[in-house]
Amino acid sequence: MNTVLQFIITGLLFCLPILSTSVAFGATQSAEFEQGVQLLASKSFTEKEQAIHMIGNSGDPLAIKTLQAVYAGKLFFVKKDKTLVYGEPDGSTYSVTDFISGEDLGLIKKRKLKKITINNKLRGVLKSVLAGLNLQHPDPKQRLAAAEEILTGLNPELITLLKKSLLTEQDPEVREALTSALAVAGLHHQDPQQRLASLALIAGNLNPVVKNAIQALIEKENDPIVLKKAEAALKVIEAKSTWYARLETLFFGLSLGSVLVLAAIGLAITFGVIGVINMAHGELIMLGAYTTYVLQQLMPNYIGLALALSIPAAFCVSGLTGILIEKSVIRFLYGRPLETLLATFGISLVLQQTVRSIFSPLNRSVATPDWMSGSLVINPLLSLTTNRVTIFLFAMIVFAGLFVLLKKSSLGLNVRAVAQNRNMARAMGVKAARVDALTFGLGSGIAGIAGVALSQLTNVGPNLGQAYIIDSFMVVVFGGVGNLWGTLVGGLSLGIANKFLEPWIGAVLAKIIILIFIILFIQKRPQGLFPQKGRAAE
Amino acid sequence: MMATLESMHPVFSRNEVFEFLKPEVPPSLDLDRGVILYLEGISVSFDGFKAINDLNLYIDDGELRCIIGPNGAGKTTMMDIITGKTTPDTGSAWFGQNINLLKLDEPEIAAAGIGRKFQKPTVFENHTTYENLELAMAGNKGIMATLGAKLSSEQQDRIAEALMLIGLVEQAKIQAGALSHGQKQWLEIGMLLMQNPKLVLIDEPVAGMTHQEMDRTAELLHNLAGEHSVVVVEHDMDFIRSIAQKVTVLHQGSVLAEGNMDDIQNNQKVIEVYLGG
Amino acid sequence: MSIIKSLYRDKVGMVMLTLLTLMAVIIPACNQVFPEGHTFHISTFTMTLLGKYLCYALLALSVDLVWGYLGILSLGHGAFFGLGGYAMGMYLMRQIGDRGVYGNPLLPDFMVFLNWQELPWFWHGFNWFAFAMLMVMLAPAALAFIFGWFAFKSRVTGVYLSIITQAMTYALLLAFFRNEMGFGGNNGLTDFKDILGFSLQNDATKAGLFMASAIALILGYISCRYITQSKLGRVCTAIRDQESRVRFLGYRVEHAKLFIFTFSAVLAGIAGALYVPQVGIINPTEFSPLNSIEIVIWVAVGGRATLYGAVAGALVVNYAKSYLTAAFPDAWLFGLGALFILVTLFLPQGISGGITALFKKKEAR
Repeated sequence: MNTVLQFIITGLLFCLPILSTSVAFGATQSAEFEQGVQLLASKSFTEKEQAIHMIGNSGDPLAIKTLQAVYAGKLFFVKKDKTLVYGEPDGSTYSVTDFISGEDLGLIKKRKLKKITINNKLRGVLKSVLAGLNLQHPDPKQRLAAAEEILTGLNPELITLLKKSLLTEQDPEVREALTSALAVAGLHHQDPQQRLASLALIAGNLNPVVKNAIQALIEKENDPIVLKKAEAALKVIEAKSTWYARLETLFFGLSLGSVLVLAAIGLAITFGVIGVINMAHGELIMLGAYTTYVLQQLMPNYIGLALALSIPAAFCVSGLTGILIEKSVIRFLYGRPLETLLATFGISLVLQQTVRSIFSPLNRSVATPDWMSGSLVINPLLSLTTNRVTIFLFAMIVFAGLFVLLKKSSLGLNVRAVAQNRNMARAMGVKAARVDALTFGLGSGIAGIAGVALSQLTNVGPNLGQAYIIDSFMVVVFGGVGNLWGTLVGGLSLGIANKFLEPWIGAVLAKIIILIFIILFIQKRPQGLFPQKGRAAE
Repeated sequence: MMATLESMHPVFSRNEVFEFLKPEVPPSLDLDRGVILYLEGISVSFDGFKAINDLNLYIDDGELRCIIGPNGAGKTTMMDIITGKTTPDTGSAWFGQNINLLKLDEPEIAAAGIGRKFQKPTVFENHTTYENLELAMAGNKGIMATLGAKLSSEQQDRIAEALMLIGLVEQAKIQAGALSHGQKQWLEIGMLLMQNPKLVLIDEPVAGMTHQEMDRTAELLHNLAGEHSVVVVEHDMDFIRSIAQKVTVLHQGSVLAEGNMDDIQNNQKVIEVYLGG
Repeated sequence: MSIIKSLYRDKVGMVMLTLLTLMAVIIPACNQVFPEGHTFHISTFTMTLLGKYLCYALLALSVDLVWGYLGILSLGHGAFFGLGGYAMGMYLMRQIGDRGVYGNPLLPDFMVFLNWQELPWFWHGFNWFAFAMLMVMLAPAALAFIFGWFAFKSRVTGVYLSIITQAMTYALLLAFFRNEMGFGGNNGLTDFKDILGFSLQNDATKAGLFMASAIALILGYISCRYITQSKLGRVCTAIRDQESRVRFLGYRVEHAKLFIFTFSAVLAGIAGALYVPQVGIINPTEFSPLNSIEIVIWVAVGGRATLYGAVAGALVVNYAKSYLTAAFPDAWLFGLGALFILVTLFLPQGISGGITALFKKKEAR
């Protein structure tokens, strides 16, 4: 867990400076900077080290970017005229820009370039110098990131840097980070009083480095008071991490649950209103996912727009397919639920094979737009992936929309009337056949929307739907047939239960246990969590 | 240690018969007081709607009782409670002196001696009339017994007798689904006869019948009474007058009035809610 | 006595049983007596294929018993078939002895591969044929009994029951895919060498297995027919048509269901056990929901609640499957899907029902 977070944090640290310094192109250079840059071309690593320090001290706006590029191995000299260029590999050639002016120099063959090579020692130096530079960055976020970064690789040089920065730092958040970093360093102080003070400063800091530092301290500490304090501090941190780990599991559970709700809610409508088990429901979800794939293929440059457009498109594709199924098959089988189950299963096979014939049996991957990738960092121990958050919100919106539609619109009124008493509704002038078809279309359309959401989480393939039909049905049955709230509560709680079981017994066993639980549950309460009571239930 | 062993003893005891292996023989009916059915303080509600509200009803042994009441008075729910289909929220239901109906489920209640005829004729449509009667016949209804069951000549006589009584001798080999509505009703009454219950509950036996059919049904019910106690729920006033000695009026889930037909017809409250309505 | 009587009324069944008996004798004889290339020779491949179909037919019979006569649409009978198959597979695995790739006399190859040191407890006893055969029946029976005990007692019926039977086989599918279960994970059990000392590569052994399958099918048919002709059979159809009414007559509906369901599971288990040595492998895909639902379509195509329809349906559909998957590999799923739709829409009584209806029409003229 810790390593993953560390990885994310480091990744972020390295991304941010590149983004923010790209504006610096074309600024004037100080003499020290130019000298340093020239020294970089030297073969001697000692001279290169000197060059790095010179660039670092120059205060030049390009300094950070230069060192970043060196660190990433993307800074070159053109052998012919010694121009400093930034190169991105493009096959056997490099696409190259003049580093100082930012002018695009086009493609240059690899052998015409000379890379500025570095070794491990230089890497360390670069890291410290960069950290130091970032500590003075105008953007407080950068400074904060730098302070946190320093925590992972403390050395005496950096400590001095930290102390220096602390003197001038104004931003409270950055100050706190700097203090923590210094405090971690202070844990190695010879004076127990100092160690105690440092400990007090970092107590409750959730950065994994802090935890490691305290653990290291406990191992070699011989002062009983400090030891006791350190152990207490560790306990607090551990308690917090379990708490956040639980929150994270809860989030994963909610995320899985929202997918289940999305997949099941269409089924809940068709099953609740028409009393029909649509075994092809999973395939309608699959159609929605493929719609997203096709739209993205049609407009490869507008991934996000394609995704947004595929929501109505998938609704239409799956919805119309659903209406077609209802009109051509299900209509003739009302009142014979077991036969309907078999016939719709046949339909699911046909749909699967159709997709397999058109798109090949291989899985297709659907791209995720930028605004949905990445993650939401709450604190060092808890970050939520954006796509899952989005899908959770999306599921809730779909649920709310559907709820309002069924409660407020005239279609909803008709649907509920037919669901409660088909004959009576018909006598009141409700065109039951039309309502059935529309309801089925609505349920199928929602399945299509679920497919759009699923395409953001898994690969899209002909078997996508199969994996969800049993789960969806379990949700509907668990929640209680004909009850939207039941589907919501059922889906979310099954998702959460699944994710909380997983770390103990593994994903497969968790799934099996959930299935067994539901089998037992249905047998105890055949009407589900939220049963329909009274005479209507007969 | 010894205590544990001691407590294990009944489990391993050789003459111990496990609960689920014991044959289900309901205690024989105790009719000392001459009352066959006690319903006391029964209430049941569905979603807040009180279908039965503090109902008290006693049926004497051998009596033929008619129950009337407007729609929603709780007649069918009352039958559901007696036959174990619905469990009441409060109250007690005893069959004779010694059988607590609330502790038994449908087959146990049926085995104890309560038969029921539904509002809609529910016969087994894919079975012949003869097979319907055979299925209903009293006797051992365990799995192995039915697997190897063979009709004795005595049993065949009983079925023939019942066929005669319900007037379906010629239809014996016809599938029950092909019978007319009235014939299905009679077949169901015939099935009740075969079950040989102590108490028979009959829900609207003459709904949708012609007058001739009705007369025949009344005759059948009279045949049932005496040997069996009969409770009939009915809407048809003429029919009730033709069979009933004692009538109970249900209203909003409880007893409004009880007495013979003339008393009931003159009862002011009854006239208000039902007859005069 | 009563068994013969119960068959006497079943004219179609008598014809079918005669045909099956003839098959049981003639096909192995043709395979063994006539040399290859002779006009009357039946190749071992064809015989084994037919043997496989016979196992499927027995499986279809078991589904028809619960679906046709009791109204329980089981979408999980593949689980019982699979359990029977695994029990047989375990016996065959133990017969390999030290002839496996790793030559371990005690442990099957996959356990050696997983670095297991000793045989798991549930593998003990499977080196005895009699014990394995007992388990072939007991394992599916136990699952069916436990499952049915809960399901029927709490009166789960209709589509709910269908779906939880599907969930049951799905759960088993997931479980048997796990290596830790000790049943060979997704590779299943295979590389069998011999059965009761006869080599499985031997044509005579295969002929024997074919004969055993035919006999099992015949006996299975007779026992199913006996049940359906008994009073219990009439109780069952009554339950199918009017479950609650049967309760009010004093029958223990759940006991009847439990008995028939468990018996049907045993039949399915036997079918699986005979299937495994003929195809030479058992793996978790036998538990996949698709397999179970395919059985239902065999029954639907043949015509349910007839028993002979189930047998005919299994043979016809599987022959079509063998043909289509070879000739047009892509078309099979289309064909199967269309079969589901067309049969439910236009032939609810299946082929046998269609034929009966045709005859009745002619008689009416």
